[in-house]
Amino acid sequence: MIEIENVRKSFGPLEVLKGIDLTVAKGEVLTVIGGSGSGKSTLLTCINGLEPIDSGRILVDGTEVHARGTDLNKLRRRIGIVFQQFNAFPHLTVLENVMLAQRKVLGRPKTEAEAEAVRQLNHVGLGDKLKVYPGRLSGGQQQRMAIARALAMSPDYMLFDEVTSALDPQLVGEVLDTLRLLASEGMTMICVTHEMKFAREVSDRVAFFHQGIMAEIAPPAQLFGAPESAELRKFLAATA
Amino acid sequence: MMFFDTALTTNDLIFLARGAGMTLVVTAISVFFGTIMGIAFGILRHQIGPWWAAPLTLVLDIFRSIPLLIQLVLANAFVTTVLGWRISGFTVACAVLSLYTSAYCAEIVRGGIEAVPPTLRRAARSLGLTWRQDMTSVTLPLAARIALPSWIGLALGVMKDSALVYVVQVVELLKSAQILITRLQEPLFLLLICGLFYFLISFPIARLGGYLERKWSND
Repeated sequence: MIEIENVRKSFGPLEVLKGIDLTVAKGEVLTVIGGSGSGKSTLLTCINGLEPIDSGRILVDGTEVHARGTDLNKLRRRIGIVFQQFNAFPHLTVLENVMLAQRKVLGRPKTEAEAEAVRQLNHVGLGDKLKVYPGRLSGGQQQRMAIARALAMSPDYMLFDEVTSALDPQLVGEVLDTLRLLASEGMTMICVTHEMKFAREVSDRVAFFHQGIMAEIAPPAQLFGAPESAELRKFLAATA
Repeated sequence: MMFFDTALTTNDLIFLARGAGMTLVVTAISVFFGTIMGIAFGILRHQIGPWWAAPLTLVLDIFRSIPLLIQLVLANAFVTTVLGWRISGFTVACAVLSLYTSAYCAEIVRGGIEAVPPTLRRAARSLGLTWRQDMTSVTLPLAARIALPSWIGLALGVMKDSALVYVVQVVELLKSAQILITRLQEPLFLLLICGLFYFLISFPIARLGGYLERKWSND
């Protein structure tokens, strides 16, 4: 379970998170929508401790992320994150990309790491690209590789930060299909996205962020069907 | 046919080859230690930020901006006269040239590290890699690819700059040639031979660079 309690965060004079309270249960798929600068991506990077927070606290299975003495490297093994940029390691093959952290961080033996990497790459449909360097892959394939790389660490949670935003329109579908697959398998996921159709289909709940505040959170049918705030109605009208 | 009408003997050629050997040894030692120190200084400068790195930057700038000849003479005078150490000119030459190399190498390394996209490093850390693991497995290998052409240029430059170590009584290739020129009075021919030796040393280094670039291009 991820518990976010009254989290505040500023970049200089700009307050990007103005007291967020949110709980994500095991197995839940939460999507986060909202305009740019609403703080939704910042929240993800705070959850796995890539960004410090100013006040409040974030608990992952009871471990306080920003507490002194929390081993962030250890915590991050349990939280996979995939970013908008594909972030493939260009000097390693697809297989090596997926094996690296397994070997270094989890200390898995080579054969085991390789077997797991092959399994995850098959899972995301890249079983035929093992020996290829990322430079030869399309954006969609690189992004699916990044997902496989995170999944190979056997995380309990997966965070997706606008993973389709840098893709050509015709490649968005294959990445969303991968996310749908994960959701159907019961992975706990927080997806920051601009894909409203996707949010409507896969989410257990959808959260709408506006100017650093979580303005609304509800199951998709309710949130999209009967938006309460004027901001959300305006946002939905603009993205529809 | 004056080029073939020469007083140069086989022994003189061996003398030149010895000089070339000395050039190679001084260069290899200086590039080796200079690169190791340069990597350390470059990482340090990148990591601690411009403010804290200011003293280091100043020292490195001194090594980069004062002519090597002056550095060699002053360093030699300092350790032998002021400190009174009994160390060879060879040691002084290697030490000064290593620091000189490290000053340039630090900039090359820092540039290479800063050219690795921060988002890539963030992704590495988010997989649970520690700072050190990110450095050794992701950032430095990528920085090395970016920095390679500059580093090859530096190594070749240091090899030619090493000609200046004659001022601390190290007889390397160019000094050997000058000794022979004084005796044989055949400057053009001897400089031609000398240049050929320099080329023979440089060419494999340049080709190594080309080879590594191709190997790392991930085609």
